[in-house]
Amino acid sequence: MSDRVKSPPSPMAPPRSFRWSRRIFLTLLTGFVLLPVYVMVSSSLKPLQDVSGKFRWLPSGLTIRPYIDIWSTVPLAHYFTNSLVVAGAATVCSVVIAVFAAYAVSRYSFRGKRVFTVTVLSTQMFPGILFLLPLFLIYVNIGNATGIALFGSRGGLILTYLTFSLPFSIWMLIGYFDSVPRDLDEAALVDGCGPLGALFRVVVPAAVPGIVAVAVYAFMTAWGEVLFASVMTNDTTRTLAVGLQGYSTLNDVYWNQIMAASLVVSVPVVAGFLLLQRYLVAGLTAGTVK
Amino acid sequence: MTATTRRAGPQALPERSPGPARPRRTGRIRRIGLPYLLLLPALLLELLVHLVPMVIGIAMSFKELTQFSIRDWGSAPWSGTDNYRLSVDFHGAVGEALLHSFLVTVVFTVLSVGLCWLIGTSAALYMQDTFRGRGLLRAVFLVPYALPVYAAVITWAFMFQHDNGLVNHVLHDQLHLTGKPSFWLIGDNSFYALLTVSVWKGWPFAFLVVVAGLQNIPTELYEAAALDGAGRWQQIRRITLPSLRPVNQVLVLVLFLWTFNDFNTPYVLFGKSAPEAADLISLHIYQSSFVTWNFGTGSAMSVLLLLFLLVVTGCYLLLTSRGRRTTDV
Amino acid sequence: MRKIRTAAMGAATLSLALAATACGGGSATGGGSNDSPRTLTYWASNQGASISVDQKVLKPELDKFEQRTGIKVKLEVVPWSDLLNRILTATTSGQGPDVLNIGNTWSASLQATGALLPWDAANFAKIGGKERFVDSALGSTGAQGKDPAAVPLYSMSYALYYNKQLFAEAGMAKPPVTWDELVADGKKIEAKGKNGLGAEGANLSNNIHQVFVLAQQHGADFFTPDGRPDFTSDGVVAAVKQYVDLMAKDKVVGQSNAEYAQNQSLSDFAKGKTAMVLWQTASATFKSLGMKDSEWGVAPAPVQSGTPGAGAQVNSMVAGINMAVFKNTHNLDGAAGFVKFMTSDEEQKILNTAYGSIPSVKAAQADPAFNSPGTAVLRQTLATSARALPQVPDESQFETAVGTAVKELFADAAAGRAVTTESVKARLRKAEQQMPAA
Repeated sequence: MSDRVKSPPSPMAPPRSFRWSRRIFLTLLTGFVLLPVYVMVSSSLKPLQDVSGKFRWLPSGLTIRPYIDIWSTVPLAHYFTNSLVVAGAATVCSVVIAVFAAYAVSRYSFRGKRVFTVTVLSTQMFPGILFLLPLFLIYVNIGNATGIALFGSRGGLILTYLTFSLPFSIWMLIGYFDSVPRDLDEAALVDGCGPLGALFRVVVPAAVPGIVAVAVYAFMTAWGEVLFASVMTNDTTRTLAVGLQGYSTLNDVYWNQIMAASLVVSVPVVAGFLLLQRYLVAGLTAGTVK
Repeated sequence: MTATTRRAGPQALPERSPGPARPRRTGRIRRIGLPYLLLLPALLLELLVHLVPMVIGIAMSFKELTQFSIRDWGSAPWSGTDNYRLSVDFHGAVGEALLHSFLVTVVFTVLSVGLCWLIGTSAALYMQDTFRGRGLLRAVFLVPYALPVYAAVITWAFMFQHDNGLVNHVLHDQLHLTGKPSFWLIGDNSFYALLTVSVWKGWPFAFLVVVAGLQNIPTELYEAAALDGAGRWQQIRRITLPSLRPVNQVLVLVLFLWTFNDFNTPYVLFGKSAPEAADLISLHIYQSSFVTWNFGTGSAMSVLLLLFLLVVTGCYLLLTSRGRRTTDV
Repeated sequence: MRKIRTAAMGAATLSLALAATACGGGSATGGGSNDSPRTLTYWASNQGASISVDQKVLKPELDKFEQRTGIKVKLEVVPWSDLLNRILTATTSGQGPDVLNIGNTWSASLQATGALLPWDAANFAKIGGKERFVDSALGSTGAQGKDPAAVPLYSMSYALYYNKQLFAEAGMAKPPVTWDELVADGKKIEAKGKNGLGAEGANLSNNIHQVFVLAQQHGADFFTPDGRPDFTSDGVVAAVKQYVDLMAKDKVVGQSNAEYAQNQSLSDFAKGKTAMVLWQTASATFKSLGMKDSEWGVAPAPVQSGTPGAGAQVNSMVAGINMAVFKNTHNLDGAAGFVKFMTSDEEQKILNTAYGSIPSVKAAQADPAFNSPGTAVLRQTLATSARALPQVPDESQFETAVGTAVKELFADAAAGRAVTTESVKARLRKAEQQMPAA
């Protein structure tokens, strides 16, 4: 899977001490990483009395009951659709907008460029708490003034999430675009393409790894966000991250269902992430290293 | 793969080398207008979602905004710097609690970023050579980063339970390391619980970035060092680590900002009121504003946090960039 | 470069000004109207075992209301974790539901925002008059001397639930009446290797409910009559210490209870790990946890001595859910009609039966359905020995500050650290200082 990511060949075979410490370190690390994953998978297959009693490594009996129950305890399928729509749309928009912005910064010199990049990057420092309520108020007032329902709608959430991932995306893409040789778009311009033609015919195809990396980042940001979603959604637009809290109810904590639902929710992101990981490395190579 | 062969430039982080002036003249207006046009969507969104709300947030921090006035916050009374004075009065209960939370967050962030970096870098270095199962291992290592925060942290909360959790089962029942089962979600140990989750979740990002950074180190450097008779450990010390400096500069900064502002992890792990030992500042501010309905003071605390992060980031960039200019060039 | 920066600053300032004026204008306009008489939005709290249970319980009733009035009610069941935040944002923005459920302890806090319709005599007349409601429930609908901010919907009270079999095994014929007896019985249970009493040490609200009652029994209040916090009086300190001592000194509460916040103590009880819990209307929960009605008994919550009653003999807070109307609803008459429907004798019987709670309306409460052994105690408690939590605007700050103090004290006790009068007082002093200056 990752063979295409070539590491610099080492001129010397690693010494014994290196090989041994590597073996120990990587084994311990694998254990640390996989422990919660094992707990998640095994607990999701346990009957309720197993997960509400003393921890046991092996289930007393395997059951797929939790995987059936999760869909009726909370409207999981509905939340799933909401999350897919929100995260998907946020990702597409975020990537397109970031591509435009990064292209401008990478290929043009213009007044205010530095102000722009510094400002955009500094938004990474904003504590979410500071603008949660103001943002909410702005959405409501836009709604009152124009009739566009942002608050409580998927649209508002899409707008919010796509902006959350914008700064990092723009910044990574600037780095990536900078690494695409300028001769290529010069040639396209000479061939009669406009600047946008050069962007889409030359720069974007050459920057696919960077763009994929940015898309994955944007999707993950939107898929897992809790704070804004808890205030800005209602029961028709609630996303998974908030909806999962529905498994701990007034009566009991259905740990096996929580684990099953967590797993179901994680599979699409983790699978996508792992499939695209080589792009991520490539994208980061040019993006952040610059 | 389109790996660049260019060496990392020594310029400061957000600054980019300006693009060469285009020689072609396809209409002056268009040429000047186009970059702004391209930036417009991003700019509008940043204004809408980040900048204007932040300015409003700052305005709120100068208001007395409690349940008596939130209904019509525009006409809530201005309170001058009262909120700030309350927040930094470290002899008063509110200021003292904020200071405590701030210090906890600093220690937590330093440890978490340090460990994430250390584990991530070590793993990346160990996995530089090809060996059987390397691809699989890399995929495994990225899982914590890819998991949605909620799913990952709730699993840890399940494992950290006092009676039924895996952690106590292993430490106490199986390894007999502790005299009696420990509490991880309340009391002093909660700090370590939070740190564990944060490192577990954060180190793969460091790993990913360092793996990417390693691709940019020219092979010739290693070859030259090998000719000089440098062993593997010496190569790492003399070539790999110094070459990773620009990567690390960015990586540490990003990790620092994300960890310092992290809300989701403590919120899912502890709920709305974190134990004192693990009272991270973002959750503390959330509690000060949303749970106790004092948005003015909460905003003032956020602004102070923002100022702190700005100063730290500024100093950090200044120091690391200067250091690099003198050593690298 | 400088020019650009100035321009950017100007733009930012301008947009701020625009946003500020826009925001200032939107929410202030208060009064309700009857602009959209055909629909209502209703936020229900999560009363059943899950959100979908609530939807199943409420749907047929809302259909009934629609048949009678032609008003379509859009229902949203809001989880407890989100409810207060949602109300808060709705208040700030003026974009909320028409009718909503609130925890009755929030009444005074929400009343202070001015976002809820005050239930003056005229409004009460629309729903059949104030006299229809039970007095104790009306005591938790807002600050004294003001028109209530909400109307009682479901009522609950605390009682002592005990496991009959565990009691029999430990040789006890009847449940404890006083705290001393409870501790003595608990110790006998502990001797059998089970836990005496369950607690939710990390659940802030539950902590508040328990220490509030104990403070009453020690003749103390958390607030002075003029509404100032007073957490460090001897009575309050003694009350908090007595509650935490159940774990720290008496050891009748298991240490692991210190981290419970999601009703794990109920599941311990249902599994027979714990012999007693102090809880509000737990029967439906026990059933859903697989415990038969015959396996548990219920008795009035303990007092210091004597029998439950008023004053120092209080043994429960007035728990429950109130129903409120947002002032700027666009269907004022419909909202009042809906409240009238939900508090009608008929609906009160149906809904409170479904949720295992007690009607807030006198006529419905008298129904034999609420005279079963399980609910008679709760009803009796509510009528004679329950008191409302302080009806002050700072109630939610109080819950957070004092609830956290108790949580930290439990954590100390669980870690084996001494819980002394001084350490209790220090925690409470800190909590008091965190309250907003009056």
